[in-house]
Amino acid sequence: MKRRAPRGFRGAGPDLLRRRMGARDLMAEATAGLLARPARLALTVLGTVIGVGALVATLGLSKTAGNQIVGRFDAVSATDVVVSPSVRGGGAGGAVLPWDAEARLRRLNGVVAAGTLADVDVRGALVRSVPINDPLGTGAVPLPMKAASPGLFRAVRAQLAAGRSFDAGHSQRADRVLVLGPNAALRLGIDRVDHQPAVFVGDRLYAVVGLLADVRRQVSLRGAAIMPEGTARREFGLRAPALAQIETRLGAVRLISHQAPQALSPRDPRLLKVAAPPDPALLKRAVAEDLDALFLLLGGVSLLVGAIGIANVTLVSVLERVGEIGLRRSLGAGRRHIAAQFLLESTGMGLAGGLIGASVGTLVIVAVSASNTWTPVLDPWVPLGAPLLGAVIGLVSGTYPALRAASLEPVDALRAGT
Amino acid sequence: MRPAASRSRAGGRVSAERAARLRRRRAQPHGALVELIDVGRTFGSDPPVVALDGVTLELQRGSSVAIVGPSGSGKSTLMNVLGCLDRPSSGTYRFDGIDVGTLSDDERAALRSHRIGFVFQSFNLLGHRTVLENVMLAEVYRGVAREGRAARALEALRQVGMEHRADFFPPKLSGGEQQRVAIARALMGDHSLLLCDEPTGNLDSVNTEALLALFDQLGEAGLTLVTVTHEEQVAAHADRRVRMIDGRLDEEQA
Repeated sequence: MKRRAPRGFRGAGPDLLRRRMGARDLMAEATAGLLARPARLALTVLGTVIGVGALVATLGLSKTAGNQIVGRFDAVSATDVVVSPSVRGGGAGGAVLPWDAEARLRRLNGVVAAGTLADVDVRGALVRSVPINDPLGTGAVPLPMKAASPGLFRAVRAQLAAGRSFDAGHSQRADRVLVLGPNAALRLGIDRVDHQPAVFVGDRLYAVVGLLADVRRQVSLRGAAIMPEGTARREFGLRAPALAQIETRLGAVRLISHQAPQALSPRDPRLLKVAAPPDPALLKRAVAEDLDALFLLLGGVSLLVGAIGIANVTLVSVLERVGEIGLRRSLGAGRRHIAAQFLLESTGMGLAGGLIGASVGTLVIVAVSASNTWTPVLDPWVPLGAPLLGAVIGLVSGTYPALRAASLEPVDALRAGT
Repeated sequence: MRPAASRSRAGGRVSAERAARLRRRRAQPHGALVELIDVGRTFGSDPPVVALDGVTLELQRGSSVAIVGPSGSGKSTLMNVLGCLDRPSSGTYRFDGIDVGTLSDDERAALRSHRIGFVFQSFNLLGHRTVLENVMLAEVYRGVAREGRAARALEALRQVGMEHRADFFPPKLSGGEQQRVAIARALMGDHSLLLCDEPTGNLDSVNTEALLALFDQLGEAGLTLVTVTHEEQVAAHADRRVRMIDGRLDEEQA
């Protein structure tokens, strides 16, 4: 009611209201205008379809391929985190890692297995596999001696060739037991444990409880003899673990790299340093960027061409429909009604192109992924935003023709059209 | 043509106040619908082309006038001014008491939409829309509700005897039929003035005759009719005829 009063006609006849064209009427007129020339509509939309399709396919494929590369990226190294004292924390000899590091790490969500490892200084003691004091010393070899927490074997993905690994009980009781790496076992001539072999470390006798077939991490374990941490503390005065080996869940490397030092050294996490594989996300991004640049350029160019196509066709359509514009003006259409209709038509073309393009692009991603047995990956905003992009392109390219149409004088328009 | 009450109902959202005012206006039998007072229209400036030169014309409600004259004499310009498609360069044009010269583009568009119907020589029907949709187009820019629009369009088609062609596409119709559809479009709503630009230019004699009969009928219902024509038969049919020569208007005896 309010808007009516000042909007009437000036002068003698204040009774004719400024009318508003219904949105549905406008939509109906624009739709009918578009569908009047279906072949032209299809050809015009094609440009946008190709542009949007190329963009969507590019974004999706580079993401899919990037994901694929990370997927192939060795799962062992992608889940490997090692924490050790930093230079600040005293370097390799620093006593920063706590004895309960394994328990602390296991509490973190994302840790699959964790264990600690240290070199044991046996003060030159040789290892002998037979209890004979051979003065020639051929049966005695120097072996690197390591001290491990029970969880380490899982954390390094150790495979046992025979016997068993030691457990928390061995460590607590400081039992004199050893697990031998494959090369160490070879040097000592031990290939089975069922006859309960024992070796001398210096003059102390140790029972060999297990033989390793292989380890996937901390490869120095292959040539070493490994004793429980508790034993190393009592027998050789080990001060602290030298490193904590962690296996994370896939994708949790970043999180754990951040959390582990805080869990292990809450008072000053900077005393610890973390060795982790390169961030898979960064790696993926780097791969994707190389792929993207070219195709995005291609998609952008075809979008530009599509936009010019829409602008062109809308302009031609305006010139062709001058008579219709004149008629509409004679029926009472204002300039804004004419402009709105042509804008709506070009926006509709862009939107249709965007919709079809997004669908085609998505299908391309699925097809390429299927033929390579990849998992198709696509950001959800890409197929959702693509039609919007198309609509914006249509809107922008329709602006000039719409203004041309609106600026036609009805007189001229009718004269030209009849 | 239906009585005024039923026709203004076609206005849909139009207020009762306005309907009452319209009725009051129609009740004045001798008021001039169209008053042109010394109207001039020039185009361009170097050198200016004078299309209308001091044209004075008064049209009563329900009257009909034929405008004749050679090509280029300013007939089309006069029609455009009458139809509020164009503004006079000088002089005054009052339509139903409203000074058209003071109206904005938009306001003139509203005036056209509500009060003035156009019929063109080339019919100007949209070929890809049905006859019914073409007629319904008349209401699209009028700001009235969509409800009942098809029924109102059918009613307009019935007035010109074309309701049986409602679902046809215009190119399938004969010239006479197309012109009837165009007239139905011009009639839809409560128009006071019907401007016809060579309405029979594309019609044969039989169709011309039928169209003139239709015009008679519309005139009796109170519609003011202005026809630009070259054809003697059509011109003779009008109450008055005026001749345009070089932008000047002369009354002519029939």
